[in-house]
Amino acid sequence: MTMNSTGRPTSISANGGSGTDVTVSGSKGLLQAEGLIFEIGSSDKTGVDLPKPKGTKSRLGGVTRGAPSGLPGLTEPEAVRHYVRLSQKNYAIDLGLFPLGSCTMKHNPRLNEKMARLPGFADVHPMQPQATVQGALEVIEELADWLMKLTNMPAVAMTPKAGAHGELAGMLAIRAALIARGEGEKRKRVLVPVSAHGTNPATAAQCGFIIDEINAAADGRVDLEDLKSKLVDSSDVAGIMLTNPNTCGLFERDIKAIADLIHAAGGYFYCDGANFNAIVGRVRPGDLGVDAMHINLHKTFSTPHGGGGPGSGPTVLSAALAPYAPVPFITKTADGLRFVEHHSEAPDSFGRMCAFHGQMGMFTRALAYILSHGADGLRQVAEDAVLNANYILARLKPLMSPAFEGYCMHEALFSDAFLKDTGVETIDIAKGLIDEGYHPMTMYFPLVVHGAMLIEPTETESKAELDRFCDALASIARRAVQKDPSLKTAPHLAPARRLDETRAARSPRLKWTPETPTMKAAE
Amino acid sequence: MRYLPLTADDRAEMMKTIGAKSVDDFYNDVPVSARLKGPVPGLPNHVGELEVERHMTKLSKKNRAASDGPFFVGCGAYKHHIPASVDHIIQRSEFLTTYTPYQPEIAQGTLQTMFEFQTQVAALTGMEVANASMYDGSTACAEAAVMACRVTKRNTVVLSGGLHPHYADTTRTLCEANGIKVIQLTPAVDGELELSKHVDDAACVIGQTPNVFGTLTDLTPVADAAHAKGALLVTVFTEVVSLGLVKTPGEMGADIAVGEGQSIGVPLGFGGPYVGLFTCKSKFMRQMPGRLCGETVDADGKRGFVLTLSTREQHIRRDKATSNICTNSGLCMLAFTAHMTLLGDNGLTHLATLNHEAACDLADALAAVKGVKVLTTRYFNEIAFETMKPADQVLAALEKHDVIGGVRASRLFPGAGMDNVIVAAATECCTAADIAAYAQALAQVLA
Repeated sequence: MTMNSTGRPTSISANGGSGTDVTVSGSKGLLQAEGLIFEIGSSDKTGVDLPKPKGTKSRLGGVTRGAPSGLPGLTEPEAVRHYVRLSQKNYAIDLGLFPLGSCTMKHNPRLNEKMARLPGFADVHPMQPQATVQGALEVIEELADWLMKLTNMPAVAMTPKAGAHGELAGMLAIRAALIARGEGEKRKRVLVPVSAHGTNPATAAQCGFIIDEINAAADGRVDLEDLKSKLVDSSDVAGIMLTNPNTCGLFERDIKAIADLIHAAGGYFYCDGANFNAIVGRVRPGDLGVDAMHINLHKTFSTPHGGGGPGSGPTVLSAALAPYAPVPFITKTADGLRFVEHHSEAPDSFGRMCAFHGQMGMFTRALAYILSHGADGLRQVAEDAVLNANYILARLKPLMSPAFEGYCMHEALFSDAFLKDTGVETIDIAKGLIDEGYHPMTMYFPLVVHGAMLIEPTETESKAELDRFCDALASIARRAVQKDPSLKTAPHLAPARRLDETRAARSPRLKWTPETPTMKAAE
Repeated sequence: MRYLPLTADDRAEMMKTIGAKSVDDFYNDVPVSARLKGPVPGLPNHVGELEVERHMTKLSKKNRAASDGPFFVGCGAYKHHIPASVDHIIQRSEFLTTYTPYQPEIAQGTLQTMFEFQTQVAALTGMEVANASMYDGSTACAEAAVMACRVTKRNTVVLSGGLHPHYADTTRTLCEANGIKVIQLTPAVDGELELSKHVDDAACVIGQTPNVFGTLTDLTPVADAAHAKGALLVTVFTEVVSLGLVKTPGEMGADIAVGEGQSIGVPLGFGGPYVGLFTCKSKFMRQMPGRLCGETVDADGKRGFVLTLSTREQHIRRDKATSNICTNSGLCMLAFTAHMTLLGDNGLTHLATLNHEAACDLADALAAVKGVKVLTTRYFNEIAFETMKPADQVLAALEKHDVIGGVRASRLFPGAGMDNVIVAAATECCTAADIAAYAQALAQVLA
């Protein structure tokens, strides 16, 4: 039997299908054109049906709104379509490998979402009587216990709301400890490697510290000699902020020596725990001489990144820093668990860093993840994440230029040396990956490697996925070496072409205004 | 393990490609004394979904949910109804499981919602510019104080007696670390206008409306007093729904307006994650903390959006950045903007009216109880009242009647002599029966 294909062309027509590049609707097949809500909605529409007000006389005391906001509304079907259409212009970990180095884009288990939405967690108020929220306090205690045991640290501050906020907690604890020693005014210098995340120097500066940069050695680790030279006169040293494994994807093999040097100098060791996924279950930072380390629950412990947050950054503390931990924290009493909420109850505490008790919605998700994996599964997570990165490194080594010799931890770092004289740059490789259906790697970071490409696959990927990715990246590397001009203008197949960032910054347009001339719906 | 796709064969084959003998080879740089031979001791091994669900559900049932009965707790977080479609939208994989939109060609979905969010927040507050979110209202407040010092090159900030004490404490923590002097005015139910007396040499004065006791204040006189002395006015709100009815920060002359956005789209969630709103006059735009989304065009000339003005931010400016914030409240921002889109201007005004009416009903019902004195005279959806009994005892007794009656002022301001004061909020979720139950229970408790 043959199928009737009359009138049904099965191959691309003579014009190569380019005629479909422009459509009347602006849409392209499944990719729907979508305007802004200000163009498609109106203030007399609503997606919410509410009961009629009774007409009570106002008790606002005359503090009433003058002009209405004029914001548009949409009915539910329109709103759902609007956001679903927009969502389809995003890449996501649920679509494929998301190799963004230092961001740990791993699978976000849906069980975690379900647990966080249990009414006993999602529908409880941070200020309701503590006797009515004992289960919530137990979640915090249980997660804290796991984090302390996984890091072998005696205390943890649970309130920080993201990684950088955790850094702030650690550095404020260091500041408070120095003040308690009577050295708060004297010790102001914080050592930060040039390879550090930008949040490290920004955080230290926010605590009134002065940044002193340490160089990287040729092997991608801290230059121990440079560090020692900065400690010759150490009377003004507050501490060091060091990422381990570092941003080059390498374990700082001199870490204990570094910790000893800093402690001998009278300073404290802040460890940026952004890369904890490489070592969870294999190495405990408390065994390395660390005084404080934040843990990104939205990295190692799988809470979703949500397009830029929310995160959560519990910060483990050594015995030396524990007394200065922020309020609130939990204590056990005869009547159950209770928050110590006020500075007056904990005079050594450096104070409060946010309203309420931290990112509870992330705690429930992270705890579900941790319980699911257990001690054995978490160790396997680290091992698979590191194995996957080394596999990528091994497969791409012949075509690209590894930044350093030897094995990596959970992320593989390449420089742009292999692009020399091709005219192709790191950004072109990144944009080429988009056309191949991948999110690009982290590019131009860390700063110590020229044209850096930092690839972190995480443990989420199967071997087949890794092979597919390596094949795609290898083909881009070959095209680059052959000076394929189309890479310079990639991506060609994404929902948008390269965007003019200079124009956006030169005359910032940060909100919609009705008179804006370019404000017709995207073509 | 259900989350780990590599098989034993895969691992062996990959090892061969790499040329390593065992995964231990990758950890050779770890000091020998710090190498764990097996899983971390003292912790259980992995379990299935069913076991996790059982455990978590058991813990969740030890908590009394707001929807379980009459519930009147506010003070910075509010129980509102969230349309079902909001949760559906934020659980779209492409929003939930994506990163910060650093690659705009494949992140226009996130970027366009950021642009819509910034526009909505600016319109709601009557301010010129809004960023694409902070962690929460309290950290937004702290950042506003530090920013005001940068703008004015002054070094003192003044906090009103009605500013949420958690906001005040958070602000004090960040300011002290920056060497900024903080002056805290005495807690007062209706004292925001006191700020006008403390504008000399201040970088900014920070006032809240509705304040933590529920009192509404037109801060225009404070703005005028501050501006006359070269100081900025920072206004704070913790109940964003109020902006459907009350005078906006922009209309009061605020230079920076910050607040908590939780009430629109984000569940109570025991305090987080929430979404901090941060707005200011456009002349201060380049001093703002946090991410901003801006409009531009792509190589084909089509409209598109990108993260912009990032020379303010830590990944570019490092120790000279305006803030250390990186990850913010992306998904809560999406929830806010989706809920706000469902409401629209009319919907928000309608919702705000229902909240105000509920609070008026609550105030009337409680005022009718013998021994109750309502302290707030101008309010939106929250009131403070006083009885002749200590508030902790009153609230504990109300709990026995299954009424969660509010927050005692002594938890907010210990030692401030407000032991008998309770702050109670009423939203569209409070029914007439809830309010009647509260009044009835309170009458018995106070009898």
